[in-house]
Amino acid sequence: MRDETRQPIITAKNVNKWYGHFHVLKDVNMEVHKGEVIVIFGPSGSGKSSFIRCINRLEEYQSGQIVVDGIELTSDIRNIERIRMETGMVFQQFNLFPHLTVLENVILAPVQVRKWSKDKATELGQQLLQRVGIPEQAEKYPGQLSGGQQQRVAIARALAMQPRIMLFDEPTSALDPEMIKEVLDVMTELARSGMTMLVVTHEMGFAKAVADRMFFFDKGQIVESGTPQDIFTNPQEDRTKLFLSQILTH
Amino acid sequence: MTNTRSRPVEARPDPLTWLRQNLFNNWWNSLLTVFSLWLVYALGGGISVWAFTEANWRVIPVNLRLFLVGQYPLTEIWRIWFLVALLALLTGSALAIWAASYRRIAVGFALTPLLLALLPFSLANRLWLASLTLLGLLGWFMARNANLSMRRLVMWGGVLWVPVSVLIMSGLGDENPFLPSVGTNLWGGLLLTMLLTIVGIAISFPLGVLLALGRRSDLPIIRWASVAYIELIRGVPLITLLFMAQLMLPLFLPANVSIDRVLRAQVGIILFSAAYLAENVRGGLQAIPKGQFEASYALGLSGVQTTLLIILPQALRIAIPVLVGQFIGLLKDTSLVAIVGLFDLLGIAKTVLAQPEFLGLQREVYAFISVFYWLLSYGMSYISQRLESALGLGQR
Repeated sequence: MRDETRQPIITAKNVNKWYGHFHVLKDVNMEVHKGEVIVIFGPSGSGKSSFIRCINRLEEYQSGQIVVDGIELTSDIRNIERIRMETGMVFQQFNLFPHLTVLENVILAPVQVRKWSKDKATELGQQLLQRVGIPEQAEKYPGQLSGGQQQRVAIARALAMQPRIMLFDEPTSALDPEMIKEVLDVMTELARSGMTMLVVTHEMGFAKAVADRMFFFDKGQIVESGTPQDIFTNPQEDRTKLFLSQILTH
Repeated sequence: MTNTRSRPVEARPDPLTWLRQNLFNNWWNSLLTVFSLWLVYALGGGISVWAFTEANWRVIPVNLRLFLVGQYPLTEIWRIWFLVALLALLTGSALAIWAASYRRIAVGFALTPLLLALLPFSLANRLWLASLTLLGLLGWFMARNANLSMRRLVMWGGVLWVPVSVLIMSGLGDENPFLPSVGTNLWGGLLLTMLLTIVGIAISFPLGVLLALGRRSDLPIIRWASVAYIELIRGVPLITLLFMAQLMLPLFLPANVSIDRVLRAQVGIILFSAAYLAENVRGGLQAIPKGQFEASYALGLSGVQTTLLIILPQALRIAIPVLVGQFIGLLKDTSLVAIVGLFDLLGIAKTVLAQPEFLGLQREVYAFISVFYWLLSYGMSYISQRLESALGLGQR
């Protein structure tokens, strides 16, 4: 085993964040290794989304330290842009660009940020659309696709930057029930291919099948963490037990 | 097996049934219908009787050249024909490239010179006008299967047409044998109105976009400067700005420096319009969800790239109706320059009416120029409606 594989790809140390006077993240610590799939879950308002949005600096934090792929997040815009090139993000509301076609959505960042030629980016873009199962929709606009298809385009768009880490912020919460599976299938395939993933989700079936470790957030703190086996069969904390019983038996 | 059935055909009522159902379905609607018909007859009848029997339309053909180009020297009018011909060619090409599926717009443009030829022109001028339609068609066929370089050529042609026109119209100096100077005091009529409008839009639009972005900037100095500019200009009527430019500016300048009067009015219009456009664009910017910024930043795009590639294209699309409204307003606002003594369409109308032989013909003259304003305004409005539906694709 090489040295760098033991070095975590994401390190968060004592991260604290406030919205005004509201203390949303309280001393959050986490280490993620290359190739790990992390599932973060917890009640709404527990800070789980805020935390993964801190990793690519969509949100600022007020104290603590986050190091991504050896780059420390500071307010230096160059560091932020380097980290954003290494991390792809998928949002709850897809956030596709409605004025661009599906293919244009996917190849925008490689062409504009990585300065690839349009031909090279298009080739990769078509491969990615193939990978997420919608190569025939390349010339359509996002508004013409179903929610599940849009979210798969969003995954392809994030992958087009060839990131080393993928962040998923409740990727299936805005989907109709019959479309959740097609998105989770793509994410499962991605996890099997060795991508480092941080997934905020309540899809416990996905967590059980794919996650290496799970983190339970409540009131801005990590209450409990462990393998899916630990969390589902032997949760230690009362709050974890209560939350799991609520979402598994609704 | 399928349950799909075709939709039943709705029977179209015959005209008599339609009348009964829509105009005479109860006593109150019948009364309204009769009253409206009487009103249309009374007004329309009065106007047609005036237009066809009482009105003295002779004032129009005699002064037609004044209405169109003001005092622009007869020997130099070929410059304007040349520029209009260039515009016809460019318009034809641009329509073929960007609006080929909108036949009605193309037909409308093609018919415009022919309709203008119905005005009491000389035969030579009518032929010139008809040849504009031919040039437009030529442009259309040249650019029908345009490649990328042809598209670029047409785009740059359109962008450069404005400054080139101003240059050619004003000439290259008194000594120049080919293009002697023509002072802007001789520019007038429709020519001046169009110039003030087109240059006004071409410069105030980018300025307005910058001000709108400035107002949303994170840098306090830029933000406050933009806010101060916008609110200051919006707090003042345009006519005040025009008077300031015409009367007060010379007081502050050294005696030997004089700025062209048309230029001063033009600057006033641009400054005024930019402030309003900025607010219209800002309205479009505010309609863009935060998620669009986040998605763009998360992909690694910079702030400038996000603004240019993601936010502005969507914001401007949303703002098209209000932007075109502002452009139409600008066209009509240019008539205020008549008050500060320039001879635009309205200003020329006033000088025509001051000629002793045409005293008291206000109705004829103002009716004539209002048709021009209406045609231009409605043309812009119609094109914007088509543009909106063309860009509707891909909206959420």
